Parts: sequence; C-alpha cells; structure tokens
Amino acid sequence: MKVLVAIKRAVDYNVKVRPNSDGSGVDLNNLKMSINPFCEIAVEEAVRLKEKGAVTEIIVVSLGPQKAQEQVRAALAMGADRGILIKIEETIEIEPLAIAKCLKIVCDEEKPDLVLMGKQSIDGDNNQTGQMLAALARYPQGTFASEVVIDNGSVFVTREIDGGLQTIKLALPAIVTTDLRLNVPRYASLPNIMKAKQKPIREITAEELGVDITSRVSIVSVSAPVGRPEGVKVGSVDELLDKLKNEAKVI
Amino acid sequence: MTTYSAPLDDIKFLLNNVLEMPSISKLPGFEDATPDMVDAILNEAARFYGEVLAPTNKLADSQGSRLDGDRVVTAPALDGIYKQIVNAGWPGLTGSRDFGGQGLPMLLSVAVDEMSQSANMAFSLCPMLTKGVVTALNIYGSSDQKKMYLSNLISGAWSGTMNLTEPQAGSDLSAVKTKATLNGDHYLLSGQKIYITWGDHDFTDNIIHLVLARTPGAPEGVKGISLFIVPKFLINDNGEAGERNDVRCVGIEHKLGIHASPTCTLSFGEKDGAIGYLIGDENQGLVYMFAMMNEARLAVGLQGISVSERAYQQAVYFAKERVQGSTPDNKNTTIIHHPDVRRMLMTMRALIESGRALTYSAFMHEDYMHKSDNKERKTYHQRRIDLLTPLVKGWCTENSVEITSLGLQIHGGMGFIEETGAAQHMRDARILPIYEGTNGIQALDLVGRKLSRDKGKAAIELLEDLSLIVRDSRVAKLEVLANSLEASLAACKEAITILLTEGKQDWTIPCASAFNVMMLMGGTAAGAMLAKSAIVASNLNDKSSGNAIFNKNKILTAIFYAEQVMPRNTAYLEAIRAGSKSIMALDVKYF
Repeated sequence: MKVLVAIKRAVDYNVKVRPNSDGSGVDLNNLKMSINPFCEIAVEEAVRLKEKGAVTEIIVVSLGPQKAQEQVRAALAMGADRGILIKIEETIEIEPLAIAKCLKIVCDEEKPDLVLMGKQSIDGDNNQTGQMLAALARYPQGTFASEVVIDNGSVFVTREIDGGLQTIKLALPAIVTTDLRLNVPRYASLPNIMKAKQKPIREITAEELGVDITSRVSIVSVSAPVGRPEGVKVGSVDELLDKLKNEAKVI
Repeated sequence: MTTYSAPLDDIKFLLNNVLEMPSISKLPGFEDATPDMVDAILNEAARFYGEVLAPTNKLADSQGSRLDGDRVVTAPALDGIYKQIVNAGWPGLTGSRDFGGQGLPMLLSVAVDEMSQSANMAFSLCPMLTKGVVTALNIYGSSDQKKMYLSNLISGAWSGTMNLTEPQAGSDLSAVKTKATLNGDHYLLSGQKIYITWGDHDFTDNIIHLVLARTPGAPEGVKGISLFIVPKFLINDNGEAGERNDVRCVGIEHKLGIHASPTCTLSFGEKDGAIGYLIGDENQGLVYMFAMMNEARLAVGLQGISVSERAYQQAVYFAKERVQGSTPDNKNTTIIHHPDVRRMLMTMRALIESGRALTYSAFMHEDYMHKSDNKERKTYHQRRIDLLTPLVKGWCTENSVEITSLGLQIHGGMGFIEETGAAQHMRDARILPIYEGTNGIQALDLVGRKLSRDKGKAAIELLEDLSLIVRDSRVAKLEVLANSLEASLAACKEAITILLTEGKQDWTIPCASAFNVMMLMGGTAAGAMLAKSAIVASNLNDKSSGNAIFNKNKILTAIFYAEQVMPRNTAYLEAIRAGSKSIMALDVKYF
C-alpha cells in the first residue's frame, strides 16, 4: 500500500513572527523554518503505519521554494521513502486551491491508496487544502483525525468533532487530514538523517504541472494585534458597575 | 524559566563562516558532512537535546542519585532518557565506521556535544567519558580489544569510565597503589578508586572501566603505572555482558553540584580480584590515559561554555521579565534597561562567544590533525592542539564560574533561592576548574610542557597566526579590535620572554605566574577568535550577505570584548612582571 504525505514548509512554531515594516506580510527573513506541525503528525502516522506493516511505501510531497527541500529531507529522515518537491518562487504566496490542484496531478501520477496531510498550516490557517484535494481527486475524506486504522481496503478515521469523537469508514483511496492528538512525532535519529541524503527527491515546477498558481487573494495589510492597554483598579462594586454600564457599555 | 534553546545561529556562523567546516568536509572520510547534512544534523540535535534532555536538568539535580546496596539508582527524571539518546544514534557521531559509528568530523560533534552539555551537564558526563574510553581504545587497544568493546561503546549500549584517583593520588598520580597481578591471560586487580564519574548506574548492560594500577615490581612513580580494561560484567563468548566482575560501588559522594551524576567509590577485588586486561604494554599506562585525558580536557572546556550558555539564557529571560526601578526614560522598567545589568549580560555573552570560538577551533585542529597526510601539517596541528588544550580547559572553565555567578547575580535575591534554578548552574560549573586536572595543573602544563620545552616556539607561532587578525581588523575598519588585540599579543610575548629568561634563575617564577599566563593567553586567543568573527560578520554585511542583525550584534559583542574584557590581559601582564616575590614572601609558618 502506497501513502502520499503532503507537507508544508512553515515558520517554526517556537518563533514569534512580526509583520514587516510596510505591512505587506510577515517578515520571514532569517527565521527558523520547519515542517508545519500538523504535517509532521501526518508524516509520523505514515511511518507508524509502515512500521505496523500496513503500508509499503511513503512518498512525501511539498510545494515551496528550493529551500523546502530541507523539510522534504527532514520527512525522509523520519522514515519516508522518497520525495517530490514542486518548486515555486519564494515570493509567491501560494493558496490552498493551487496547492490542491498540484497535489491532484501528483495523485493521478502516483495513484496512492491513502493521502495523509495536516488539517491546516500554522501560517495560513486555512484548513482547506485537504478538503479541496478530496473534491478534485474525487476521494472520500476524513478530516481532523485522532486515530487512523487501515482495514481491508478501507480506513477507519476517528474525527475530533464538537460533540466528541466520530468514527467513519472510508473506502480507499482516501484523504485523511490529521489533528493534534493523532500522535507525537518522533525525532529523526542520526543514522536516519544520514540515510535520508541517499533517498531520491524528484523536483518539478508548478508550471511543468500546468497549474496556474497566481494568487486570487490580495492582502490588504498585515499588522500586529494591538497591545493590551494598562488596566485600572476600581474602588468599589458601584464604580465597577458604573464603568461597565457607561464606559464599556457592556451591561 | 529553565528551558534551553541551542544557539544555532552562532554555532552555524562559527562552523561555516569563521572556522572551516566547508574545507573539513572535503577531507577524506568526511564527504558526508556536506553543508545541508551539517545543517540537518544541527537542527535535529537542537530539537532533541532542547526538548528531551534539557527539561530534566533541574529535576534531576534536585533528585540526585542514591546507592541501593552496591547499585546506583539514578535520578527518576532521567528514566528512559539515555535509551532515547542511544536509539537516536547521537553517541556514535564521531565513532569509527568500522564499529558502527558515523565517522563525522569533531568540529560537528563539538556543536552537538555543546547542546547536550547545556541541556544537562551532569547527565552528559556519562557519554562524554564513554567517548574518552573509545579514543583510548582506538589508539592503544589491541584489535581483539577493539572488536570486543568498541561497537557497544560507540553506540552507547555500554558506557565507559576513567579510574585514576585514589585517596592519596589526586593531581599526583605517582602515588597510585591499586595492584594488578598477572594471572594467565588476564590480570587480577585489587584496590580502591575514588571520584569515579558515572562509575555505576542503571542505564546500560555493561560499564567498561579503564583503570590505572601497578604490577608487582613495577618502577616507582608514574613510570610504573599500567592501564587495564575492567568490565563490570565479563564479556561472554557471544560478545555480550556475562558474569559479574569483582568490582563494586561502595559509596557515592555528596557534592556541591552535578548531583545527577553519581560520583562513585569503586572497590576492585574485594573477593578474588577483579579481572582486568592490559592495554598495550606494562608501565605505559599514563601515556595511554593521556590520550583520553587530553580529549577530556577539551571536553571540559566545552562544558564551561555549555553551562555558561544555559546560565546566560536564563539570565536574559529574567532580565527581560523582572520589573524593578526606573531609568530617566522609563518608569518601572525591566532590569535589562539598567546599565549594570547590561554590563553583566554583555560580559557573559562576550566570554561565551569568544570561548566557544576558541574551543571549537581546537576541535577543528583535531580534524585536520587526524586527516592530514602531510607530516609537517600534522605536527603543526598537533602543536596547536597541545597549546590550546590548557587554554580551553583553564580559561573557559575559570570563566564559567564567573559567568554562572553573574547569571545568579542578575537574579538578585531570587538567584540565591534554589527554586529559581540560577544557582544550579553556578554549583554545576564549580567542578569544572577542578576535574580533569585542576586549573593550577593546566597552568603548569602550559608553562612547563607547552611553553618551556620548545622554548616558546609553538606559542610564538600561535601569536603570529593571531597577529594576522590585527591586520584584518584594520582592513575591516575595526580599529578598536585591532588595537586591543595588538596590545594583548604584545603582553603575551612579554610574558613568554619573562618566563623563559627569569624562570631559569628562580623556579618559583614560572610556577607562581603560570595561572596568570594561562588567563592572559586564553583571553588573548579567545579575544582574537571573537575579533575574527566580527571581521567575517563585517565582510558579510558589506556584501549584504547572511543575517544583517546577527552580523551587527557579533561586531558589537566583539567591540565590548575589546573595550571591557581585553584590559584584563594587560593587568595579568602587570602581575606576571611582578614575579613571584610577594606571592612567596610570607613565611609558611605565619599562615
């Protein structure tokens, strides 16, 4: 069984980002970049499925600048078998639909039995790519997975929903997007980091795939949240009530 | 706040731009150490040690180890950690590929080791000593001994220890009394060793002790000491740990710091004699042990940098959080705005960054020395390592006491309270000027073996190499760096001349000045490395290459060093000029 894992290069979750001076976006210069945490969970799940014997090959795919090769290598060091890097210009802010269209072409070529991907990236926070890919590829989808069990041509996905946990059964091939509690990703071991260098990464461009990745969304401005103003101490309950009524106008 | 985040920016800058990682990776056998590979290894090591090992530091310190019968029980906070590190393959980074290691450069391992030591210094002593045993066996072990022990030591499946000290034999190993008697194909050892770091524990299936002992009729003094392999469990025919050997832990010490590291008293041969295997020839033990000790001395210098970095990160965090007092511009400000706190933070930072550059450079020379097939180059690098070893060990560890103390000071009263965690770094650092040869011994090693023996040749060679940095500083228009370094280099030269001339007339002069000479030369060499870093940073900024803010900060740190730390060097020279008179004048009976 073949699994395709889609990962995104995103700013490391430990880094505090700032808007750049002209407010056109977030300043990513010299910041530490990593595999988006939800995508890393997807890689880990694929590796665990392989270790259980349910999966035979793991292909990891990413869209991003040349540097995104680092993240593909990191996934290979975790245990994926080979990589595909769909290169785009660093300056292009790629959107979920364009990513989904590229991934659809990869799915057509690779014909995976299962596509694992993070439910969303921590930079765009869109939570759309998996769902869009499902529609384009006409695969069934199981989103927000907290448990994934492969069984005889289908996959059982336990989903974290508002009311609790919902388990659904999907026919393979299917798309599963991963949530935070699915697993805790491993650290790559030194020998596996070394071995990852020998694993193949195929590089193509979005143009070669024939996908128009031009942005459909224009960013008006990006700004930091306004800092919390200094508070005041009120002298009595009456004063509090007065302020809530007349100043804050909330009661 | 006791988390730790590896200073990856500084480490990568140092390896790739200041030191010569790109050339090192072209040496035969190091082809795997390509820039992207080095980057990937550093990133993952930073994650692993920062997230897995660093959180254990404080708790393991408060729990400590305990002795249960003759068995050491390690701090519960460390449960499973050692296994994780072995499974992740980190201990095998530099180990020979013939025995399952990765054969990567020392210049890379020094960076990974720094992270490990910053994360938990007491714990990291265990893999550090194991590595030393690997080095000694690699050079002096027989091929059978290598086959029997190296794979398991390199992977970390077994750990190793160094057994030198006895109650009457500390700095002076000529007094070693442990006995070894030939008995067929092995020796039987009896005696007691003290201060054996990680002498017993529950992490591994076996512990391989390297033990200094005397054979019957051996010459007196250090010329009659032999080196033996004494495994905790004898190796069976399958190469696995088998029957228990006659070596037992009979006590562990209560110490000022490194509580998580069990410091053991080991008793050999209480029953029939501990079975030991001779390494190399009889009576050559000290020579063999030095192979391990020299590397361990550099590693201890690195520990000085590591514990200092941890203390620095904690102090910076506190200084940015703690609101106290006002400045003319700011009411109720965080203490980082107070100039005296800045003085302390900058001192910490400058001493760490300069010391890191100096220490890493010594490991770079190790790589060149091991791989060079040109005899002249090989001896050049060996000379440089020999000279740098007491400087790295002595200067970096002396500073670690100052730096961790400053870290505590920045916390004010809270620093004195154990819960804050700043005190632990100072307690941990305090062993560093003592073990692996006290800094007094390092200083004597410097002025005796390293300066006098070749009449100052290697030292002058170093100073000449460093004087190129004066020239480059001027080219980069960093005059303040050039001037301070020039003055320090001149001070070093004068100090060496004093030692070589006046030392001949009065033996107390080199001995009494040795410490000051070590601090002078260490502070000069490290300052030069920081100046070199600043020149590189300035050139990168001129080309709009690299991280402009990082580069600018590097230059500012080097200028601070030039203005605020370099003057210490001329003060050391003043003391050296004064000779030994006032040091020795007061009669012993009046103390």
